[in-house]
Amino acid sequence: MDTGAIWIIATASLVAANAAILGSFLIMRKMTMLADAISHAVLPGIVIAYFISGSRASLPVSAGAAVSGILATFLIQTLTKKMKMQEDASIGLSFTFLFAIGVVLISYFGKDIDLDQDCVLYGEIAYVALDVWKINDVSIGPRQFWILVINLIIVVGFVYLFYQRLVLTTFDPAYAASLGISIVFWLYALMGGVSLTTVLSFEAVGAILVVGFFAGLPATAYLLSNNFKQMIFIAVGLGVVASILGYFLAAWVNGSVAGAMSVIVGIEFFVALAVSKLGKFRIQPNHEKVIKPTLGKT
Amino acid sequence: MNLPFKELLEFFTFSEPNVQVVFWGVLVLSSVSALVGCFTYLRKRSLIGDVIAHSVLPGIALAFLLSREKDPFQLLIGAGITGWLSVYLVDFITHHSKIKNDTAIALILSVFFGAGVLLLTHIQHTGLASQSGLDSFIFGKAAAMRPQEVKLFLIIGIIVTIATIVFLRGFYVMAFDEDFAIAIGFPVPWLRVILSIITVLIVASGVQAVGVVLMSALLITPAAAARFWTNKLKFLIWIAVCFGAVSGVLGAAISYSYNGMPTGPWIVIVLSLLAFFSALFAPQKGIYARWSHNRFNSRKILCENILKRFFHLEQHHPEKRDYSLVEILSKLNLKEAELKSGLRLLVRNDKLTRTGMNWTLEEVGRTEAREIVRKHRLWELYLSKYLNIKEDHVHDDAEGIEHVITPEILKELEVLLKHPETDPHNREIPY
Repeated sequence: MDTGAIWIIATASLVAANAAILGSFLIMRKMTMLADAISHAVLPGIVIAYFISGSRASLPVSAGAAVSGILATFLIQTLTKKMKMQEDASIGLSFTFLFAIGVVLISYFGKDIDLDQDCVLYGEIAYVALDVWKINDVSIGPRQFWILVINLIIVVGFVYLFYQRLVLTTFDPAYAASLGISIVFWLYALMGGVSLTTVLSFEAVGAILVVGFFAGLPATAYLLSNNFKQMIFIAVGLGVVASILGYFLAAWVNGSVAGAMSVIVGIEFFVALAVSKLGKFRIQPNHEKVIKPTLGKT
Repeated sequence: MNLPFKELLEFFTFSEPNVQVVFWGVLVLSSVSALVGCFTYLRKRSLIGDVIAHSVLPGIALAFLLSREKDPFQLLIGAGITGWLSVYLVDFITHHSKIKNDTAIALILSVFFGAGVLLLTHIQHTGLASQSGLDSFIFGKAAAMRPQEVKLFLIIGIIVTIATIVFLRGFYVMAFDEDFAIAIGFPVPWLRVILSIITVLIVASGVQAVGVVLMSALLITPAAAARFWTNKLKFLIWIAVCFGAVSGVLGAAISYSYNGMPTGPWIVIVLSLLAFFSALFAPQKGIYARWSHNRFNSRKILCENILKRFFHLEQHHPEKRDYSLVEILSKLNLKEAELKSGLRLLVRNDKLTRTGMNWTLEEVGRTEAREIVRKHRLWELYLSKYLNIKEDHVHDDAEGIEHVITPEILKELEVLLKHPETDPHNREIPY
């Protein structure tokens, strides 16, 4: 195995870890589709930032993506709350609208920019190893890898420091509110983390794998655990496994790395589902302890 | 940017045979999707279209790998199989595990799409010569539609439309209350299967034209936009189909007129703009209508409260007829600016007259004020007499309801209470 492969697997594992931690909160809040919507809706922001800055440098592109991610969240909230549209419809409408604008912008700027709509959807993780960061001419590894390390530090720090508040607002918002914890604030803080992760992971793995990690890893871990902390750790572990196996699957069939990793995520899920159905692999088959989200609405 | 009239004219007169193909293809596709979308929307399962659209990709790739050719019919079969499998799996996961519906949707969608991308890149890397164009399924190429594909759209469109008309009643009941539909004997499990087959058919055939990501918009957006205009299913369907058809044709026209513009995204943008317009300006349910309705109501309440205050002032100070701002404001729970705007409105409607810094009640206003006080006191009496609420508890309720009581209800109250003289607080009821 060459160093390129190790970097690719390491980068994917970082994305997986970020997404697994935040995704665990999302699936308990029934908000997974919001991550899906954000991951599609960032396209126009990326295109405009790319066109203005004229480069693919991460900072402006990420800023543009973050702005349109927030715009998508805002649009969904407005359609649902102010205009009384069904939530599923407002999610579907918002992200298709923003994605369509992104595709049109790409066509409009045409040859001026070297940007592919494909890479937004399934990323270019195979090229991660080519774009290295150099300090004093000494290569310290891919740029994308270090960006994701910073992302992971932020996510872990955020969840570690505010774990109690996040868990309380997720599982028992009424009780949290009675203690004077702002539900809205922690909702937006969480969504901010989701946007950041989506945006920073994008370049590497594309929208589809991000969503696969956000939804698939916590869902699988949810089936295998009966304690929220345990669930987060299992989800991260599953993500690392999926990154490794996915890389080799891709190499084997000679196909897209991101695609292969999401296939592995799916296999992991269905194996876990079968195992939990057969009832042999429950760590503690105590139904009272099974996590039950009490949050009814997003 | 100049409007390319020449190209638009060309498009709408079908001067090129290719335009005609695209026109009919897009028209059929977008209107039939809108029709099916109405039911997925009403069942609050709009995002199922998104799942299917992403999940047809591995089917298309597999069909191509097996047959090694790009026959639209074979690809459709492959697409249909994985599309339907995805719907089945989402339902299975939701019903047989503790995973919630939204997570199941996101999971299946990304896993199937990932599998599709894996297979497509595999096909690309193995360098099969005839694969060119397979990746157009991801983003869609409506402008490159061929006559045989349009024929397929037409056939599917006809099948779907007939199926919808045949099962309309069943879908209708099922959309609103599934348990009720079961109770009155509709074969709900079958209807569910038929609806999902219809949805898969239309999505699988549409993906090639508008692409994986945007296909779901063709289902969701027309119904969501139409919902702002009506409460009746029949109208909902017609409006949604019209929205779908109009934006399909407009999107195709725009992409034809501006060189290099993609069709699918423009259809979606036109659709979304229609939806935003509906959300803002639709009568009754639009934001503007609700806002102006609210404003009308709050103005009405403001004016009625001021008139009532004048009535009380005239009762307590019968010696004078004009009152100053301070006197009027003294017992009203209002800000001065609010009071002033209310007074201005009342003067404009000739219910008050203003002399300097004083205001006088006019005869029209006095009649109205008496009516409001009458409503208030009759309601207080009604509450204490018929609902046995204590006299000191009835005021707050009456304070709210006095603005809502219609002349008909007022008349009924008068008859019911036999034109009483006084309210529970022994104050005279003005007639």
